[in-house]
Formats: sequence, structure tokens, C-alpha cells
Amino acid sequence: MRRMLVMVLVALGACSEDQPAAANGAAAGFSAIPAKHYGLGRAVTPAEVAALDLDVGPDGNGLPAGSGSATAGADLFQKKCSMCHGPKGQGMLPAFPLLISRDPKAEGFAFANDFKLQKSIGNYWPHATTVFDYVRRAMPLLQPGSLTNDEVYALTAFLLAANEVIPMSATLDSASLMQVKMPYRDKFVDDNRRGGNEVK
Amino acid sequence: MHLAGGEGQGDTLSRRDLLAGAAGASGVAVAAGLPLVAGGPGPKAAAPVAPVVPPDATKLPGAPTSQVGARSTFFKPSRTPFGETVGNSLTPLQDLTGTITPADLHFERHHAGIPLIDPARHTLLIHGLVATPLMLSVDDVKRFPQVTRTHFIECSGNGRAAYREPKPEMTPQKVAGLVSNTEWTGVPLKVLLDEAGAKPAATWFLAEGGDACIMTRSIPMPKAMDDALLVWAQNGEPLRPEQGFPLRLLLPGWEGNVSVKWLRRLELGTRPWATRWETSKYTDPLPDGTARQYSFDMDAKSVITSPAHPKVLAKGWWPVTGLAWTGRGNITRVEVSTDDGSSWHDAELSPTTGRKAPVRFTHMWEWDGKPAVLLSRATDETGYVQPTRKQLLKVRGIGTDFHFNPIVGWKVAADGTVTFHGET
Repeated sequence: MRRMLVMVLVALGACSEDQPAAANGAAAGFSAIPAKHYGLGRAVTPAEVAALDLDVGPDGNGLPAGSGSATAGADLFQKKCSMCHGPKGQGMLPAFPLLISRDPKAEGFAFANDFKLQKSIGNYWPHATTVFDYVRRAMPLLQPGSLTNDEVYALTAFLLAANEVIPMSATLDSASLMQVKMPYRDKFVDDNRRGGNEVK
Repeated sequence: MHLAGGEGQGDTLSRRDLLAGAAGASGVAVAAGLPLVAGGPGPKAAAPVAPVVPPDATKLPGAPTSQVGARSTFFKPSRTPFGETVGNSLTPLQDLTGTITPADLHFERHHAGIPLIDPARHTLLIHGLVATPLMLSVDDVKRFPQVTRTHFIECSGNGRAAYREPKPEMTPQKVAGLVSNTEWTGVPLKVLLDEAGAKPAATWFLAEGGDACIMTRSIPMPKAMDDALLVWAQNGEPLRPEQGFPLRLLLPGWEGNVSVKWLRRLELGTRPWATRWETSKYTDPLPDGTARQYSFDMDAKSVITSPAHPKVLAKGWWPVTGLAWTGRGNITRVEVSTDDGSSWHDAELSPTTGRKAPVRFTHMWEWDGKPAVLLSRATDETGYVQPTRKQLLKVRGIGTDFHFNPIVGWKVAADGTVTFHGET
């Protein structure tokens, strides 16, 4: 009985949902559109998903097998990264970001007071996993996606070590990378702006 | 010859400065190895051909019809390309009227160049916490119920330079040109997520682009079920390549970066992914020593687009006109001051409907030849009033990185010259 009622409601909804075009000025979004199945698209195999699903979460979910040492990463950095980010990871601003710095002047998360303070992986980034995820998906700029997982682990280890987050003797794999806590992780807070008469 | 700075609008640097700096810093001449991102001249338009204008256009036949129209040779608006592979270009707000941005003048911001994508091969994967993972072709997407909506996109870096270091010679394009407005056509994202069977446990989704940085942003599910769109058309024709051809996400009222272009994958999950673009960038340091993250909403903002630098005024009547917008719904009021904020006048708004779409405001003003300061101030439906720069400096600091919506304006000198006034 209940199932029939649902079907009737869906059918009724179908009369209007092909044109869910409420006025642009209406406050409501599209949440009132009843769910309907159009049978479009095709099913996907797990292999197809795996080929595209390369994201790594802050909990380490998605980190692949493999490992790399900071010292191996130091060599790789000179070969594959330093032409843009500088041999010491100092960047070439503004096009190529600074990556490595623990300049005491930029410690303490006072960036709002001085826009000339340079943010680095060590003094700003909240999650170590982001380094792995971003390097794997986007770097090097002219050959994105060309690094092996071991190379990405090595570069991640080097960048974290050069930023004094882990020792230069460290080797990273999925288990150890997800354990790394970044120095300023707790400084990131959720958006508290809600409109209304308060400026935040 | 400029490079893009940071995310969105920023400082610029000449190639000569860059190479000199690089060589100086490293002691290595790296010119030959530098990728194209290192600037060089941006794309240049062909040299304009001076039109041969007849003394009387009614005395000879005019030009024939054409396959694709072109602008009048008397009107040559242009964006301002900075950088190449990593770059941006700003909309020439001072040259435009109404509220719609012509597609070829929509601002650009891309992080690894504009990919060349064959729509016949492009697919969108929807997976994660769904009943049925789906692979959709572009043609599949176009068979779902379509909607057309007008919404602005604003880069959350818009106005950074004018906020941090206001300069008299800034134009509307430099002050606020990382906002554009478009009539988009696409399918409500909710319809696609219903098709895949989004599970109630899903609280966030990841949107991923098909460019060379495989751009990723995490979005709360309520937005997906509210007014989010997957769009393929821009002002009546397919998206421009620089706007995400063949598919882009469109999240009305939110910072532009989340409207991921060249969209290829949506993954539903239970927490944000903390991608580079929502941690290292697009977070907002605050004076209390924290940084705001997932700061999606664009606050109410307005800017006078005319008169503005470098216009020179004559005495008499002028429409003081510009654009106002808010990520939180409708603009309910725009006030204009012609005396540096001592008194305010309600401006005419047109059109008056259009959620998360700009309105054009106009206030007629008779200039008497004395120095004046023109300002505009927007209010939105939540009661939020566009703040002064001083108010923003207090709550966000000079070094905050994104979301700049101070009241700004233009100084009119006794000789009629107009310069930017950002120190409100």
C-alpha cells in the first residue's frame, strides 16, 4: 500500500518535473523536484572507477601502495621541481609558489596581518595527505601524472622533511603518511558567515 | 607581459623581473627551461584595421551578411590576460551595459591551461555513495530535463589588489573584473544524483575537472540538492573552452573556483577531501590567528562601472551606474553617495528579479564642477550591508586572501578627471 502511494506521488510529480523551471527569482532551489529515473548513462565497472578515482582524503583514504624516502625525494626535487620552485623550494613568485620555508617571521599564523608573509607547506598546510594528492594529480606542471607512486611518496617525504615536519631520515608509505600531523592543522576553522547585519 | 599572481587577481611581474630574479636567486640561468607559465606576452588581438567611414552612410550600400557577426570596429573591449598556462583575465566592466557578460568577455581563471576536449569522448562519472555508479556521455547529460538560469560567477580573489593596495589609476576591470554574469543552460545536479541514487549517508561530494591539474573541490551535499547545476551552455551556445567546455559545475552564489570546469567526475562521500584548492588556497586567514575554510558564499558587493577611471567628466547630468550582486539571494537595495558617504540615495535597480544574479543600478547625478566622491553600497535579502574597507580590515585583516567586498568608489576632481577611491 505504502509502496503504491509512493509510486502515485512519483507519477504525479512527473507531470511537472520535466520543466522544473521555477522563476529564477524564486527562493527555492531544485530540492522539490521529485526523484525520477530516466535510464540514461551506463553502468560502470570497478576497474573503470579505479582508473579515475585517484583522490586521497585527509584520513589517508585512497593512499596507494608504495613508499619513498625524503632523501630520494630530495634528488627528485632537484631534477623535476626546482626549475620552477627553485632549488631550495623558495618558489618564483607569483607564478610558482614557495613550498619550503620555516622562516621565524612567518611562524604563528599571523598571515592576516601582513600579506607579505609567505605561506609554505610547513607554516600553512593543514593536511600532509594533500601534498601527496596534489603532486600526484598535477605535478610536474609540464608532465602531470608522470610520477610513480613511489616517487610521489618520496617527494612528499622530502617536502615535509624540508619543512621540518618529519625528519630527513624518514620514509613514507600510506600508514606513516596518514599519521603525520601538520603544525598548524588546528588553525583552520569552518566558515561562520551567515549573512544578516553582521560583518565577519 | 604579466604573470598571474596567487589565486585570482594578484600582483604582476614582468618576464624580465622574473628571469632576473630567478637568475639572481639561484645563480642558474633557467630561461630555457622555464615552462610557458612564465609569462611572455599574452595572446594578442590582430592589429585593428581603421574603418573606412563614408561621409554619408545613406548614400551607398552597406556591408553584406556574414556567417558570424563581429563587433563594431568602433568598440574594442578586451580582457587582460595575465600569464599563460596558469593565468587569469578580467572582464572589462567599464565597457559593458546591462547585466549579461558576452561569452568572449567572461573572466578567465585556470590553473593548468585550457584543455582541448572532444565532447564525443568526454564522460562524467558519478560514484561513491550512490546506488548505481553511472558513466554519462555529454549527449546523455543533455537528455535530462533542462533549465536555464542567470547567475554570476565571481572569483573569490576578485578585488584583492584594490583591497590591499588601492591605487588611483585602477579601473573597474582591475578593481572587480573577476566577476561575470551568464545565462546558463543545464540540468539540476539533483536530477543526476537522483538518477545515480545518492545515498542518504552522503554528506559531501568531490567535483573533479579534466584539466591538467585535475582540479578538485569538496562540496556539501545540501548545495547539490538545492540550486546546483551541471551546465553545457552559456548565453545560448555551448560553453566556451575557457568556461569549461563541454561540461561544468555551476554553484550559484559561491566562490568561482568550486564551479569546476571540464567536469569529469563526481564522488559522493562523508567528509571533505581537503584538496590543495581548499586548504593551501581559497582559505581566508583572519586576525584572530585562524583561517576560515570552506568559505563558499560570496558576500554582497557593488561597484560603480561608470563614471570611472580614466573617464573625464564635463559638468551636467551623468548616470552613476554599476553592478551589485550577492551570493545569498537577491540584492534588495543599492544606495549611491556623491559626497563621500555623507548622504545616500536609493538607486534604480534593473532587473529586480534574479536570484544570485547581478542587478544594474543607476542614479542620475548632476555634477556641479566641484570635487566629489562617488560610492555605492549594496544590501541583500538577509539584511547584510556592504561594509567599508575599514570594517573589513578590522574583521579580516589586510592579509586575508579571498573574499573582498568593501565599498569602493571614484574621486572626481575639479578638472573632471576620475580616479579610484578604495580607502573607504
